[in-house]
Parts: sequence; structure tokens; C-alpha cells
Amino acid sequence: MAKVHVTTTINGEPMEFLCEPNDTMLDALRGPLALTGSKEGCASGDCGACSITLDDRLVCSCLMLAVESEGHEIRTIEGMAQGDKLHPLQQKFLEMAALQCGICTSGMLMASDALLKRSPDPTEEEVRFWLAGNLCRCTGYDKIVRAVMDTAAEMRAQ
Amino acid sequence: MTELRYLAPGTLDEAVGAFAKAGSAARILAGGTDLLVQMRSGVLKPGVIVDIKKIPEMTTIEQAADGGFRIGAAVSGMALHDHKTFGKVWPGVLEAVNLIGSKQVQGRASAGGNLCNGSPAGDSVPAMVAAGAIVTVQGPNGRRELKVEDVPAGPGRTNLKPGEILVSFALPPRPAGSSDAYLRMIPRTEMDIAVVGVGVSLTIKDGTVTAARVGLGAVAPTVLLVEDAAKALIGSKLDDAALAKAAAACSAACRPIDDKRGTIAYRTKVAGVLLKRTAAIAAKRATQKN
Repeated sequence: MAKVHVTTTINGEPMEFLCEPNDTMLDALRGPLALTGSKEGCASGDCGACSITLDDRLVCSCLMLAVESEGHEIRTIEGMAQGDKLHPLQQKFLEMAALQCGICTSGMLMASDALLKRSPDPTEEEVRFWLAGNLCRCTGYDKIVRAVMDTAAEMRAQ
Repeated sequence: MTELRYLAPGTLDEAVGAFAKAGSAARILAGGTDLLVQMRSGVLKPGVIVDIKKIPEMTTIEQAADGGFRIGAAVSGMALHDHKTFGKVWPGVLEAVNLIGSKQVQGRASAGGNLCNGSPAGDSVPAMVAAGAIVTVQGPNGRRELKVEDVPAGPGRTNLKPGEILVSFALPPRPAGSSDAYLRMIPRTEMDIAVVGVGVSLTIKDGTVTAARVGLGAVAPTVLLVEDAAKALIGSKLDDAALAKAAAACSAACRPIDDKRGTIAYRTKVAGVLLKRTAAIAAKRATQKN
């Protein structure tokens, strides 16, 4: 199968890669692009572990073809911290132990970040509905929801 | 494995040409939230994928001077949600579209894909039927229009002809005192497939219903337009007798399957219950606007 050459932007950096036409964006991220922060959970759009943004819209990278990123702007968990400085959501997840095994965490963070960009003062219900597409089998969600609410309050105060 | 070719034409004419030429091996890619899952599971092995999202007409929302909307077939649920006026005019259509999957899925999934996927339980379809949406399709023999309720042919099948591509939905201008609503029954609060879905669109003048349409989903091989339910509502003040008659019409229209989500008896009963609840929401919205 002939590989396709794709030119895109990932976390603000111009990137080029080769992929099969039927590779998903998640395949490309975890393969040729070596950005393994996005996880494969279900590979069918149910679990949210592979969440990224495409032109600032939250999407599942497993439900998108890698070739579709041509000319678009992708953001992944690798772009969340600024150097050594963690994003407030990352810091709060650590402080409040909003993770256990960690496989859902990058997706949770990407989804939560997308929420707070749209809605800096969400209700708990809004957070829970927004994160309905991110499955976590460890935490029972409570710590995650509280970490997102606390981060939102902190970011609003700044 | 057969070789897959990915095409992303910039015009509809190119897309129609490529799609028709590739025949049954081709699939249209809008949001991909059904297509990629079907490819991954091995249900589908397309030879050609025609991505329609580079065609401006497919991804734009337009409101005409008369107030009617035209929604491109590949407009995502989140894009529709973020439109300034659409949700005010068609809150029922919007809430139905926004029930499709998670926020991640909303970032990609479209009403066009939901319709063409042909699921009897697609959430946006009953609301579009209630709205009286007309779809434009384009194929090798040009353009034509269909009522949205005439698109589904059965589970996973549509009445689109070979080579035809769904282009857009047209929603009519709204008279004063109009609104709509969509409710679905699912056993949990999010991320599930409708056991029953009901869309209701109403126009109310001085407390009396002057126009009504009812779309019913997940209770037959296709989404249904329930004209008898609409007739029971039109001319009424949404009194208990009229609502009971409309609910009975919905239950009577049901030809559901028995499955793990709901039995025939349950779906049939819930169709009537949901009609009453959905009509109440639509009526409240319609009269609030006056």
C-alpha cells in the first residue's frame, strides 16, 4: 500500500509524516510521530483515552484518519505543560490524586482543558456530562471531577 | 487486503464523480464516527474514501433572510451547538444532534452521517422529521430533494441512489409561536442508544396548536413520521384528551424489535409517554417565545 505524505501542525510545530490511508490519527501519533501520551483504550470512540484537539475541537484520535490532519492543527497531551511547568489541571490532578493507573489521564486532561476553555465556571453537572466520554475504571470519577472544579476556581482567581 | 484510496475533493462535482466512479467500494467520510468504527471492526472494507469536509457547502450553516436554515451534511454537532442562532430557533433539533455520542464524538459527528448511517435509533432523525427538514442530495444525474423521512429505507439502508451524496438539510422558516423538542429514553444518563426517541415540533397561536409534526425513532425499521399523532395535536389546546390521543397514535405506529434495550411492550408504551413529555417541552418553549 502506498504511504501518504501528510503535513500538519502538532502542538504548534509544523510536522510531516508518512502513513497508510487507513491509519487513524492515533496510529500516527503513537507510531511515526512517537507521541505516545495519547492512549488507545477501546479504539471505537467510547473511552476517550485518545482525546486530542483538531482545530481546537475535542475529538477522539481513534475516530479520525491520520490523512485528515493535512493542513489542520492538532494538539495533544504533550503540548499541555509549558516546558517543566505543568498546566494547572495537571498540577491539580497530581495534588488531588485524581488518577490511579493513569491510562485515562491524558484524555481526561485534554477533555477537561477543552471544557474550561469554553466554560471557565462549570457546574459539577456540566463537568460530569462533559467527561461522559472519558472512561476511568480506577477513580470512580469523584476525584477527577473535584480536581477539574478546583482547577477552574483557581484559574478564575488568577 | 485491497488498497484503500483517500480522496478529499474541494468541490461537490468532483466528489460526486469520484464517488460514482468507485461504485459500491466507496464510502463517504463526514465525521467518521460510524465509518471508522465499521472499518476497524471489519464490517466494512472500503476501496475508496471520499472525505467531503473540504467542500464548503458541506460544512457551513446558513440562515436565509426568511429565517430558514441550511445545514451542510458534514456540519458537526459541536459546530451546530456553537452557532449563534440555530439553537434558539430549533432547540429540539439541536438537543437531538447533541445527544449523539460524547463531546469528542460531537466534535466530528454530523446529522448527515447520522441520517445516512440508517440506524432506526439515530437521535437526530426524529427531530429532523418533526422539523420538516428537506434534504438535498446530488448524484451523477444532478440534484434532487427528498423529505428527510423518505431517506431511511431500513436498518443501515437509505433511499439514496448509487453515487448520490447527501449535501444539506433545509429547515423551514418558523412562524411566531413555534418551537420543538426531542426526548429519548435510555437506561442511563449519557452515551447510550435510544430505546425510544420522540421529536415534536409545534406552532401555537393563542393557546391552540395550529401546526404539529411528530417524529418517532427506535421503534420500527426506520424513523417514522406519525401523522395521526400530529392530527390529534392540531386544533387542540394540548389538553389531556388530545395528548392521550396523540400518545395512542405513537404507540399504534410502533413496530419495534425485542432486544436487550427494551421489549416490544415497553417500547410501545414508552413511545406514548415520551410523546406527552416531549410535546409539553415543545409547547413551553413555543409559548415562552411569544
